[in-house]
Amino acid sequence: MISRIYVTPTVSDSRAEILATSFNNLDIKGKVTHISVIDCYTIDAPLSPTDLSASAALFANPVAENATVGGFPKIPPFSYLVEIGYLPGVTDNVGHTAMEEIADKLGRPFKDTEAVYVSRLFCISGELSESDAKIISLSLHNPLIERAYVAKADLIKKQNGLPLVVPQVILPTKTPVIKVSLDLSDEELIKIGKEGISGPDGIRRGPLALDLESMKVIQAFFRKLKRDPTDIELESLAQTWSEHCKHTIFANSIDDIKDGLYKTYIKAATNIIRKNKGKDDFCVSVFSDNAGGIVLDKDFMVTHKVETHNSPSALDPFGGAITGIVGVNRDTIGFGLGAKPIANTYGFCFGYPGDVRPLYRDKNLTQKMLPPRRIIDGVIKGVNVGGNCSGIPTVSGFVRYDDRFRGKPLVFVGTVGLIPRKINGKLSHEKSARIGDLIVVVGGRVGADGIHGATFSSVAMDSSSPATAVQIGDPITQKKLSDAIIKEARNRELYTSITDNGAGGLSCSVAEMAKESGGAVVDIESIPTKYPGLSPWEIWISESQERMTLSVPKKKWNEFKNLMESRGVLAVVIGEFTDSGKCIVRHNGKMIMDMPMEFLHNGLPVRHLISEKSKSVHKDPKIPRGDSRTKELLALLREGNVGGFSFISEQYDHEVQATSVIKPLSGKGRINTDAQVIRPVLDSTKGVILSEGVYPSYSDIDTYHMAACAIDTAIRNAVAGGGSLKHLAILDNFCWCSSYDKKRLAELVAAVRACYDYAVGYGTPFISGKDSMFNDFRGYDEKGNLIAISIPPTLLISAIGVMKDISKAVSPEFKMAGDIIYVLGETHDELGASEYYKLLAKGTLEDIGNSMPRVDLQKNIKIYQALEKAIDKELIASSLSLTSGGLSVGLAKASLGGMLGCTVNVKNIPGTASSIDAKLFSESQGRIIVTVAKKNIRAFEKLMRNIPHAKIGTVLRNKSFTITDEKKAIDTMVDILAKNYHNFSRQFK
Amino acid sequence: MKKETLKIKKPCVMILSGYGINCEEETKFAFESVGGAADIIHINDLIDDPALFSKYHILAFPGGFSYGDDTGSGKAFANKMKNHLGKELKEFVSRDTLVIGICNGFQIITNLGLLPGALVHNKGGLYIDRWVDLETKENKSPWLSGIEKISLPIAHGEGRYVVGTDEYKAMKKRGDIAFSYTKGEICDYQNLEANPNGAMHDIAGILGYNGRVLGLMPHPERALFFHHRPDWQLRNEVLKRKGKKMEKEGAGIVLFKNAVKYFKK
Repeated sequence: MISRIYVTPTVSDSRAEILATSFNNLDIKGKVTHISVIDCYTIDAPLSPTDLSASAALFANPVAENATVGGFPKIPPFSYLVEIGYLPGVTDNVGHTAMEEIADKLGRPFKDTEAVYVSRLFCISGELSESDAKIISLSLHNPLIERAYVAKADLIKKQNGLPLVVPQVILPTKTPVIKVSLDLSDEELIKIGKEGISGPDGIRRGPLALDLESMKVIQAFFRKLKRDPTDIELESLAQTWSEHCKHTIFANSIDDIKDGLYKTYIKAATNIIRKNKGKDDFCVSVFSDNAGGIVLDKDFMVTHKVETHNSPSALDPFGGAITGIVGVNRDTIGFGLGAKPIANTYGFCFGYPGDVRPLYRDKNLTQKMLPPRRIIDGVIKGVNVGGNCSGIPTVSGFVRYDDRFRGKPLVFVGTVGLIPRKINGKLSHEKSARIGDLIVVVGGRVGADGIHGATFSSVAMDSSSPATAVQIGDPITQKKLSDAIIKEARNRELYTSITDNGAGGLSCSVAEMAKESGGAVVDIESIPTKYPGLSPWEIWISESQERMTLSVPKKKWNEFKNLMESRGVLAVVIGEFTDSGKCIVRHNGKMIMDMPMEFLHNGLPVRHLISEKSKSVHKDPKIPRGDSRTKELLALLREGNVGGFSFISEQYDHEVQATSVIKPLSGKGRINTDAQVIRPVLDSTKGVILSEGVYPSYSDIDTYHMAACAIDTAIRNAVAGGGSLKHLAILDNFCWCSSYDKKRLAELVAAVRACYDYAVGYGTPFISGKDSMFNDFRGYDEKGNLIAISIPPTLLISAIGVMKDISKAVSPEFKMAGDIIYVLGETHDELGASEYYKLLAKGTLEDIGNSMPRVDLQKNIKIYQALEKAIDKELIASSLSLTSGGLSVGLAKASLGGMLGCTVNVKNIPGTASSIDAKLFSESQGRIIVTVAKKNIRAFEKLMRNIPHAKIGTVLRNKSFTITDEKKAIDTMVDILAKNYHNFSRQFK
Repeated sequence: MKKETLKIKKPCVMILSGYGINCEEETKFAFESVGGAADIIHINDLIDDPALFSKYHILAFPGGFSYGDDTGSGKAFANKMKNHLGKELKEFVSRDTLVIGICNGFQIITNLGLLPGALVHNKGGLYIDRWVDLETKENKSPWLSGIEKISLPIAHGEGRYVVGTDEYKAMKKRGDIAFSYTKGEICDYQNLEANPNGAMHDIAGILGYNGRVLGLMPHPERALFFHHRPDWQLRNEVLKRKGKKMEKEGAGIVLFKNAVKYFKK
């Protein structure tokens, strides 16, 4: 029996008013005059009328809402109704909560076959055509995960409401396990690797992403065993051997680098730095765990991990982003015996929001890509809900825009964690599943979500199928899990090891933990599923969210189970860790996977990679005539890559946990800070400082220097905010494109070499990293012409540092009129690929110049050390690290941040910069502008004696902002700077 | 008068947790830093042992995202309490106790009917994290003693307070308007509008049970330290130039001091 509950607002509804405006901005013929938004709960369970009205009462606050059962609510007349609900099998968090509420109220648990589904109704008044209503419905939903029902008002009247249907998952019954013969031609093996195993129905199950070489190794392996592999064995190998899990491009030998890039450059850098630091080494757990851990103080350790979630975010921006952020939270919960997430970070690389050129995934132009603006809105909302709902402050982040991100956006998500160094006297980062420990899965149930990651099988496109390759995170399920583990089970020592269920689902997490004990056996039918009909292989590799895998000693199981139950967390035993040397999966007692650990983890054929250097040469853009550059400065401030993004910062809760010291927005003018500080332990004065460095455009000239600049910027941002080179670690996130292209590989090798050179040079160890190597879009334009868009090779460097005393933190904006402005560091003619040249080049890549910034390590170290001293002695009133846009943009930000003017002369700044353009806009690294109170000048200049610096001006009480060289080059007012700086952000409100 | 609470050394505070409430730890820190004895109690443990109520003098509904705001902020958690703890809660507030509901906690206690009105989507439609200036004209509430103006942070998506006209008149008459949004030093500092979410009559917090129950959208537990203020860097610079030390405390601590003092005197 199906019944609907309609909840209608009885007070003015701000959501509806905002929607009306946005609908009228769509390309519709008619005009929307009014909207009623109705929340609808569709209940698929036999409830009596009294039970129904009792349930309805749960969902309506009498002061503001009105609930209707049985018939359609009385609302103002409307012309069209649009209902948006989920497709079958898509996570319906609200529906689940509604079901819990009803069950609790009526004391009547729901059966597996019963459920509550949520949908939202938009009753739209105004002169509208059918096609208008369709356009509106498209703007309201994403066909990959949601369904839309559009109906004229009179139909709703005739039906007295909406049709009583539910998006229930119905799976065809299929043979649970099939054997796959590999005695096939190479062509056939390639086909299986590319398109997947073909099931009894003849439909391919989607890519295994195994190349012929790998397929042949597997073929030989099973020939030796004289048997065919089962589907679950093949799928399992494909997951464990995937680029995502094995990072072959960083692991394999390349050119003459026989140990591969990761071992030779990244890991080696950290090892040598730790050796050099000796007793000052602050690394505790690096590379080996889900996140990297460094010392905070004698009692605590802080962890950091940054992930990417690019492909899923391109398909379902909201789902992809929220899954990304709650996923990286689990990397923190899965660090050691479990760290508490204390800060989220983000980084978005988008196409330009105004870009409406359509892209399609298929030649028949049926699978349209979402335009950048939809992706931007969805991704931002995903991280918003993921972070805010989890009670984790989102403190640090950045946004970049480039045409080449329109095919594939980059979504970086990171989480900082806090964990005692010892728990009940034992080191908290050491964990090991013991022989005989139970394999326990906690959190959500398993569905067909995210099978084969986000690869799009035809099944996934069929709305009646549940196999949506996209997952939607459920932060509350995870929050319950996180609290129960981190705040209770951990300190009661109820488990011996824990890890996240991420890519590859159980097939990877169990296989990984099984290394600790030497084997595992799993009974697949014991794994709770969202709906009946899933095959064992699907359950094994499903990436359904909010799940973690633990090893629980048998004698602790009851206590663990009771704790989880009392916290509303699902926990089940799915098997046992062994020392059999095998990963075994059984289905109702029958062995369906029997895989030696050795082959599973090390059987993957190693392929040698070869790179091929190339050089790109560009023209310089046309330089503006005359002396004034005011127009250019204001234009730069309006750029998304330079201007503020307060619209993001202020919708992300950055103050929960009461740790806020330096916020994402700072000063009267609310400028975005380049480094943020939190106080992770409230009764200690220790601080954690976070910053990033990222320059995708620099890759168009040289990836070695791109990487050097990213590292220098992340470090400089941290030091400028009060961090110290002595206690600063970094993380690398490589997002590359077409990585089997030799030229791209050469660019990668160059970037990784820089990582080694500059990490070692600065003594800042890598503690964690991740790579995403194939960020390419291949599709079609509106004429059906093939287009390939590859992202510019992007390296994100994230820095995490420890400050002795948070009261020493310095924010970037000017503080006091009369203070003296200094620039530290040298300015050279380094405008190549700068925001200024890109502005002048008007989006063409030809005219971005060649002379990009180079990092002078030795000079910069001295500058940063001197700055550290000056900040420690509290001689500095404001400190701003110069990045994109250069000196003039930095001065503008400091000025509008403090809403104080300044008069600056750049005639004698250190360095070889000759033209006014270079002096104002060059992005030379290693530079900071600071302001100093008159009384501190002597002490300050004493500290700066041996480093390049210049006194360049004074902070003014009035609002005038001028920069002079030989002649006046910039002449404007602070309010105008502020207006332009916030202009880009304003369009999103 | 408060017979049963005479000479209490350490007033006991129960801080509820579970199902997505997430400000319990900083709220505990706030109460303990001013001399309270605070315990974080998971709602299911309270349901299992409702007698726990009798141990406590102060009950705190912290901020957070109980049930992810599904079916409406605060509703699901309030429904769970109504279903299992309605009687005990009534009994608790009928005693000479104090109750505070912060942000999601405020949304919960309005849904519980402990306080009138409701909290709905912000007028801007978006979640907002910023600071606000508040004023109070009430002095009867133990929570508010000594407060006239105060600046605190908010962080919410459903903070627009709505209430019926007659109810509002009655509240005013009873003196139950705890806090209203106003233009003050923070709004001047960052040039922000006073009322961030379109709340009726600029209401940010209200009182019930003769001032013993306080519900508010702003987060006093996020304003415990001087460095929590958005303008602390500038203020600190001013202090430095006067040769003064950096301040330690934030304005929010006052509410917690007041609550603990209420039982100590």
